[in-house]
Amino acid sequence: MESTAERRPDRRAEREAARRAKTRRGLLIAAVSTVVVLGGLAVLILTSPGWPDVRDKFFDPEVFKDSFPDVAEAFWLDIRVFCIVEVIVLVLALGVALLRTVRAPALFPLRLLATVYADVFRGVPVILLVYLVGFGIPALDLQGLPSEPVVLGGIALTLSYTAYVSEVYRAGLRSVHRGQRDAALAIGLTEQQAMRHVILPQAVRRVGPPLLNDFIALQKDVALIAIIGVAGEAFRVAQIQAASDFNYTPLIAAALLYLAVTVPLARLLDRWDIERAR
Amino acid sequence: MNAPVLEFRGVTKAFGERDVLHGIDLEIAEHEAVAVIGASGSGKSTMLRCADLLEEIDDGDILLDGEVITDPSVDAVSVRRRLGLVFQAYNLFPHLSVLENVVLGRWRGHGVPTGEAEEAARAQLKRLGLEGREDDQPDRLSGGQQQRVALARAFAARPRAMLLDEVTSALDPELVGEVLATVRTLRDEGVTMLIATHEMSFAREVADRVGYLHDGRLVEIGPPEQILSEPREPETQRFLRRLLEAGRV
Repeated sequence: MESTAERRPDRRAEREAARRAKTRRGLLIAAVSTVVVLGGLAVLILTSPGWPDVRDKFFDPEVFKDSFPDVAEAFWLDIRVFCIVEVIVLVLALGVALLRTVRAPALFPLRLLATVYADVFRGVPVILLVYLVGFGIPALDLQGLPSEPVVLGGIALTLSYTAYVSEVYRAGLRSVHRGQRDAALAIGLTEQQAMRHVILPQAVRRVGPPLLNDFIALQKDVALIAIIGVAGEAFRVAQIQAASDFNYTPLIAAALLYLAVTVPLARLLDRWDIERAR
Repeated sequence: MNAPVLEFRGVTKAFGERDVLHGIDLEIAEHEAVAVIGASGSGKSTMLRCADLLEEIDDGDILLDGEVITDPSVDAVSVRRRLGLVFQAYNLFPHLSVLENVVLGRWRGHGVPTGEAEEAARAQLKRLGLEGREDDQPDRLSGGQQQRVALARAFAARPRAMLLDEVTSALDPELVGEVLATVRTLRDEGVTMLIATHEMSFAREVADRVGYLHDGRLVEIGPPEQILSEPREPETQRFLRRLLEAGRV
């Protein structure tokens, strides 16, 4: 007994030292491989025959400085469109998802419409919808319909993303265990009360991360409304500036602005996922 | 004699091709506790779910206080408000606190004002030994505590009868006792109960009568000591022998 008691501290110290050595070795390998991979890529790009041209056309500091304020100002429109469309999408998509979930016979036609809508609008490229709505609705020549490109672009994005997000909600609703509905009915709630107080709150909590993922996609797709002539949109402004002197640096400025929004959202999403996993 | 609180008359139920209940006749008197034992898949849970109108029966009738409740014209919601069903897997609402779990049905289902429903729920939780846990989320509780909350939730509206579906089956053995104690508390207050279980000691201790369900038929029913010690029917004898060999009696 005594001998084991004596040996123990040594073994503990040995294991501790081995663990530290293993960690050090891991860090060293990570550092070396990062330098090799990133350094290799940098060398490959910087020594390529066309690099000086690309550098002047895409990464010109002077042009960047000149164009950034205009592009940034235009980006504010992107943010506003994004926020408004997102709120409308969140509400409408929930409505579509609920319509597709309820089983009341009287609602059958609405359920059918909701299903066709979700299938069709998820299947059509967003860019095509922007064209269709942006040029098609004004061409109808009907009184009272919006004709401003930014509104039409917003409508197109809303139609597309409502279809996507309704599927996210629906998956969430379906993921709530059947026993929850049974328990809600057993305590004397009606079907509607069970949905509102028991199933829906659980479903919405579960779909937070996938919803945020769709937010990120929407934020980027706001740039698509530039194609129907929305003046003052960040990508459009950058494009016009690039076209005036064939220098594309303003587009890089626009890209950085999009990243400034999407990267923090992506990190937020990661952290959320980790917290939920705990 | 008073009309039975709950009555099954020739109740038959099939899931697709499979007969689950086959002509069940059973009367449960006021203040009586009846336990139904049987192998898993024998139809015990289906009996309770049919009584709470979570499943539709195919033939026969179920009556609550002499009124047929399985008629298609009957409002299922109002029937469920007069019964309390407790599930094997507790089925607590994970997004609500313990107190909110107990209050929700009273408040939304029965239209009792929040304050009043909360006060009653607190008193109820205290009586069942759950004082101090009111604001916890259900997943912070042990399985035994969760099932006691589920009992409190089902009993919150003072139902005419409690339907207990294998309430101890999902629990670790050391947690069964506290749930049984809670059921005993309700039993001692004269709550009418229909209990599905394969916990023989539970049936013996709590029930006034025990029925043996085999392949959807109520093979025999009688006082616990008779059914569990001297069963008449060969099926019941075989079932009990198997349990005895498995060390479950």
